Amino acid sequence: MTIPVDRQHALELLRQMMRIRRFEEKCVELYGLGKIRGFLHLYIGEEAVAAGAMPIFTMEDAIVATYREHGHSLVRGTPMGSLMAELYGKANGCARGRGGSMHFFDAARRFYGGLAIVGGGLPVAVGLALAQKLTPLDKGRNKGAVTACFFGDGAVAEGEFHESLNLAALWKLPVLFLCENNLYAMGTALARHQSQTDIAKKAEAYAIAAEAVDGMDVLAVEEATRRAAETVRDGNGPYLIEYRTYRFRAHSMYDPELYRTKEEVAQWKERDPIEQFKGLLREWKSLTQEDLDKMEEAIATEIADAITFAERGPWEPIEDLTKDVLTPAISSHQSVASTPTLEGGGKSKG
Amino acid sequence: MTKITYREAVRDGLREALQSDPRVFLMGEDVGKYGGTYACSKGLLAEFGPDRVRDTPLSENTFVGAGIGAALGGMRPIVEVMTVNFSLLALDQIVNNAATIRHMSGGQFTVPLVVRMATGAGRQVAAQHSHSFEGWYAHIPGITVLTPATVTDAKGMLLSALREPDPVFIFEHAFLYPMEGELDEQAGAVDITKAAIRRPGRDVSLITFGGSLWKALQAAEQLATYGVEAEVVDLRVLRPLDTRTMLDSVRKTHRAVIIDEAWRTGSFAAEISAQIMEGAFYDLDAPVARVCSAEVPIPYPKHLEDAALPQSATIVRTVKGVLGQI
Repeated sequence: MTIPVDRQHALELLRQMMRIRRFEEKCVELYGLGKIRGFLHLYIGEEAVAAGAMPIFTMEDAIVATYREHGHSLVRGTPMGSLMAELYGKANGCARGRGGSMHFFDAARRFYGGLAIVGGGLPVAVGLALAQKLTPLDKGRNKGAVTACFFGDGAVAEGEFHESLNLAALWKLPVLFLCENNLYAMGTALARHQSQTDIAKKAEAYAIAAEAVDGMDVLAVEEATRRAAETVRDGNGPYLIEYRTYRFRAHSMYDPELYRTKEEVAQWKERDPIEQFKGLLREWKSLTQEDLDKMEEAIATEIADAITFAERGPWEPIEDLTKDVLTPAISSHQSVASTPTLEGGGKSKG
Repeated sequence: MTKITYREAVRDGLREALQSDPRVFLMGEDVGKYGGTYACSKGLLAEFGPDRVRDTPLSENTFVGAGIGAALGGMRPIVEVMTVNFSLLALDQIVNNAATIRHMSGGQFTVPLVVRMATGAGRQVAAQHSHSFEGWYAHIPGITVLTPATVTDAKGMLLSALREPDPVFIFEHAFLYPMEGELDEQAGAVDITKAAIRRPGRDVSLITFGGSLWKALQAAEQLATYGVEAEVVDLRVLRPLDTRTMLDSVRKTHRAVIIDEAWRTGSFAAEISAQIMEGAFYDLDAPVARVCSAEVPIPYPKHLEDAALPQSATIVRTVKGVLGQI
């Protein structure tokens, strides 16, 4: 039989999915220990989307993600240590510990968050794409660059989804709207809040090319995303992909999960993206137990190192609490003219 | 000096900004073909083309958010949100993204976005088009809030705002657009850190900003005929607030009346009053007084609207009360 993908590449896809899974499993433990606090939205079950889609984007491309972005940051390449430190709230975190789980940022990799109001990332992505299209100073630099905007099925209920699709299509902007449909907007099933549950169809109203793919199949995700990105890079305007996926855990760390049945969760777990892909690789004779053991071991080491990095990281000093509310030295460069005077109509005093 | 209207001063600023920096572009409702609902961008589409002067759909939250994204992407967008009333639809992007991203990203990203909008009442356009929310915006850390009241500031504050690395919100009182003033040919960027003494005086400090400045100056002229010399402080910048100029004035006059077109409860005037208590309490010879709008949705008929808003006569009466003259 012909194996449709390069073995090393396939192993890398598997490795990325497993990194996300193991990282987040460790996060659950650390949450229990009180090392991680606040909201912690796990991606477990949805790993095929980030692992398959993210490598399509170059470092010239811009990424906008949501509060469920651990996987996206890991695959984008932000070091695991700085992500773990961020979860700890430490100053060596990827956002100096100020954002925690929901607000990963990484300027070096053009990762613009970690924006945690549902739907709020879409307009920002439209603007980033507009900047890519206009880029007047250095016309060559952004040529063919795109913005990848990840969001969930809950976001399609927000006005910003519709406004952003319209504006991006109207201005023919290089943006990919990447909807991770895990079927639940927090605890409300898609069919309980949408009259049209086919999300890809909604894009038609805005004359945006769209397709739905199996979000539990990392190869399908990769293939669809590659095709879409090429279309967008060629200047054909935006594209929407709906990845049909499922989260295996609660919306955030704990919820009573009254909104779905155990049977439904069990059914989806049978389609676990990692186990499915392992099965496929074994079928292709591309994966040995030794490969897996090595991979697990390397990931375990990476996670242990990340925890050490986070544990050893400093807390941001309280004196820095208000640092970067505005850009430092704001007062000096604002003083560009003399004290204001009154012109016309009144008396003035310099 | 040239005689120029406030709207022309804004347009001058826009033109100069578009000419001098290729990263600058203007977007908003009716800014292109229509020329701006207050004619501030009239002629700019023809002059600079559709890439730089962009008409948007009526999607305030999204085009403000797109301004944030474009700013993050290296542009210097000027977003016109026609009026403060419609800016309520963009509050998510303003409060949750524009104001937070720099701090929340640990200083990695900054949002050099300029948002302009008309504010205020006084034109008989009824309750939904007569809001004054600049004080609300001044509540939010992470943004700068400017209230140009003169033609020099109308042009200069825009140019200064574009030099800022962080989001700046400019509130232009709609009543001021046809107002004429003298503009220096060399007028450019202005200081945006300080309040200004618009009229010196010794007996009372009238502390105000935006459209109310002119009512305060009118009141001061009238008070002068009674032998009362009022000092008029134009705050200009509501955030970060220059408390020093204002407190120095109060320490000199020992009395303060604050004029703010917003509703009294929770108003910016309340903040100013608190700052005076904190910083100049023992210098006061009388309690601080406020002249604000009546606590009512602004009504349409002129006599009711006039009664709802601060007027120079109300200011005069309040000052007399503070001086113990009534």
